[in-house]
Amino acid sequence: MSNASTASSQYYVPHGSPWPIRGSLALFVMMAGAVAWFNEWAGGWAFLPGIVLLAYLFFGWFSTVIDENQHGIYNLQVDRSFRMGMMWFIFSEVMFFAAFFGALFYARVLVVPWLGGQGTKVFTNLELWPGYEGMWPTNGPGHVGGHADSTFSTIAAFGIPALNTAILLTSGLTVTIAHHALRAGQRGKLTLFLALTFLLGFTFVGFQAHEYGEAYRQLGLKLSTGIYGSTFFMLTGFHGLHVTIGAIMLLVIWLRVVRGHFTPERHFAFEAVAWYWHFVDVVWLGLFIFVYWL
Amino acid sequence: MSTAAHADSHDDHDHKPHGWRRWVYATNHKDIGTMYLVFSGCMFFVGGMFAEGIRAELFKPGMQLFDPQFFNSLTTMHGLVMIFGVIMPSFVGLANWMIPMQVGAPDMALPRLNNFSFWILPFAFTLLLSSFFVPGGAPAGGWTMYPPLTLQTGASFPMLIFSIHLMGASSILGAINVIVTIMNMRAPGMTLLKMPMFVWSWLITAYLLIAVMPVLAGAVTMQLTDHYFGTTFFTAAGGGDPVMFQHIFWFFGHPEVYIMILPAFGIVSEIIPTFSRKPLFGYEAMVYAIASIAFLSFIVWAHHMFTVGMPLAAQLFFMLSTMLIAVPTGVKIFNWAATMWHGSLSFEPPMLFALAFVFLFSIGGFSGLMLAMVPADYQYQDTYFVVAHFHYVLVTGALFGIMAAIYYWLPKWTGHMYDLKLGTWHFWLSTIFVNVLFFPQHFLGLAGMPRRIPDYAVQFTDWNMVSSIGAFGFGLSQFLFLYLIIKCVRGGVRADSRVWEGAHGLEWELTSPPPFHSWSTPPSAAVIAHGAEH
Repeated sequence: MSNASTASSQYYVPHGSPWPIRGSLALFVMMAGAVAWFNEWAGGWAFLPGIVLLAYLFFGWFSTVIDENQHGIYNLQVDRSFRMGMMWFIFSEVMFFAAFFGALFYARVLVVPWLGGQGTKVFTNLELWPGYEGMWPTNGPGHVGGHADSTFSTIAAFGIPALNTAILLTSGLTVTIAHHALRAGQRGKLTLFLALTFLLGFTFVGFQAHEYGEAYRQLGLKLSTGIYGSTFFMLTGFHGLHVTIGAIMLLVIWLRVVRGHFTPERHFAFEAVAWYWHFVDVVWLGLFIFVYWL
Repeated sequence: MSTAAHADSHDDHDHKPHGWRRWVYATNHKDIGTMYLVFSGCMFFVGGMFAEGIRAELFKPGMQLFDPQFFNSLTTMHGLVMIFGVIMPSFVGLANWMIPMQVGAPDMALPRLNNFSFWILPFAFTLLLSSFFVPGGAPAGGWTMYPPLTLQTGASFPMLIFSIHLMGASSILGAINVIVTIMNMRAPGMTLLKMPMFVWSWLITAYLLIAVMPVLAGAVTMQLTDHYFGTTFFTAAGGGDPVMFQHIFWFFGHPEVYIMILPAFGIVSEIIPTFSRKPLFGYEAMVYAIASIAFLSFIVWAHHMFTVGMPLAAQLFFMLSTMLIAVPTGVKIFNWAATMWHGSLSFEPPMLFALAFVFLFSIGGFSGLMLAMVPADYQYQDTYFVVAHFHYVLVTGALFGIMAAIYYWLPKWTGHMYDLKLGTWHFWLSTIFVNVLFFPQHFLGLAGMPRRIPDYAVQFTDWNMVSSIGAFGFGLSQFLFLYLIIKCVRGGVRADSRVWEGAHGLEWELTSPPPFHSWSTPPSAAVIAHGAEH
């Protein structure tokens, strides 16, 4: 037995858990529901059971882990594993956005000029799309989507998007202040600045929703407005989704702070969420520069 | 450590769970590794069935068995199942079994995540395979899913996309686990450049997976929104471009090719020294070679699409960068040869498969060089030459690597030695038939037979018949493999802990079969040194 107890202080291997199989089942139900929905075998409601199951999964799985952590089961090695895991997860997210940024650059720098007849593509233009200029922003030579007359306008960078940039950058600052407060043991300051952070996050999402509303109602800028609409909404949409998720994560962390979780030395969950938040922030800077501004 | 922790983690060290919970709730790297291997074994026979269907239809010209749409479904699903359901999961299964044992860890770093990665897969393949039964049938646009063709898929279209999403999620989570295990769970003294080659090859593979699986997810998501939400990523009228999908897809696809071969490199680098009774020649060079191949894999993708009408400068760049890969690959081949040089060789099944790997993978490598030349590729593009090329690297490369690994480590896993004679039979039958199967496809391709067609001109008949006979023989030989494995799991001569006299590495310092938690205390420096010496 003495050997085993040395082992348990060296290594931690969790006991079996029902959460992974529940998670797989939740994902399957969600995907199968989406299949039924997209094939019009069922209405949009078919997507809901999966979402509910997934929400239950996150709540249950994280509750278990948080509970175990609060009982001091995890040693520093487990803590390191969690950290590394989170970093590589964020890297995979970066690569997901890279695919859409890649599509934006490829379309803008190569496809659109080629359709406009640049380089060796003169005949593409003359034969297939005569008269198309190939200038960005564009909804393509077929003038797909937009207003009834196929025109559309873009959102000016230095309006709400600039404001949203300021909001996200500020939230990056407040979360860092909260982190310093946590490490210095100043719980009041921590609670305040963390609350500020997720409030700023939700404000960002609110502004974004407002902007989408305007784009659809007044600017003729829709998901279906050619390549500009496609790249614009897919990039900002996935980013908005990540901000929403990040803000919910911040809210959860804040509730845990209020309940007295985290010590100045051990607060992996806080840091993971903070990293995630900075990642969302950096992606936004890319969006602001390449989607809205340039 | 608090007492609560003490009590909790104690349970696991002293007895293992029983019944269905042991598997469904599993957190043990060996149990999860076994599930991965059994799953990929099942998929191997499913994907193999599709392949036999293809070869049966192509046995002679004219339409025999299937309508063309169903034939196209078979080729598409064969590709998807073999890549995502066989090669990738079996490498993950091997990683699960071997990495903790080889680096001196008790388990993977994130055991529950590990279980999650596995259990996503059966659900993903349920979704994918059930697409045969929906209106319009299974996806038939090729495993590469090029638009606009794939956008014409029937009701199975969203099933294809979502199953790819699930497989991607599984791979990413699995890869995160591998990296974290290697970076955080190594025993003290197991420095990076002391790690076995299999561990090194998987570390680099895992980086590739995390970098490119999300890109595939992005690509298929764009297809999904093009189909259902009116985006125009791949429609020229809206300012998009179908060729853009090919770029994004192959930015994933080429590293994916190396994801499917690098672990096999690692396996062969373990086996050849063992049966040559010599240390691996140029260990560090082998590590750097894998790293360079991985780096280069990100800048060669467009060689899959030389005929789409890229600017000349792009074609030249991708041709030259592709040829550059021959350099680190050559380093590996020569180092394996140098390892055997003046060695005391013996030819047990793992060594036979490893040797066949070196020879036959090189054939696939050389045909790859031919395909890398832009003007030559204009001729070979979309012919059976390409089919022959990638089956040499994937079947006699990746799959032979997996079989070699199973023959190498099966006695360690089960504690029983398998029937060596039967294994040798399996090797010779597989190797002969696989060449009868794929070598003639080079000739067919050079003579101009296009790939992905259910019927062909009569002058291609002879070699198609030969190829089909090879396919039936290769398929049947695999039942021998199945029988051998089942027999070995059920019993046999006890294997000692080292199994092979020339074997070295930490996994051989554990009993056969190893304890439920591999290294519940980290191996001492002496044990690590002992493991390395052998």
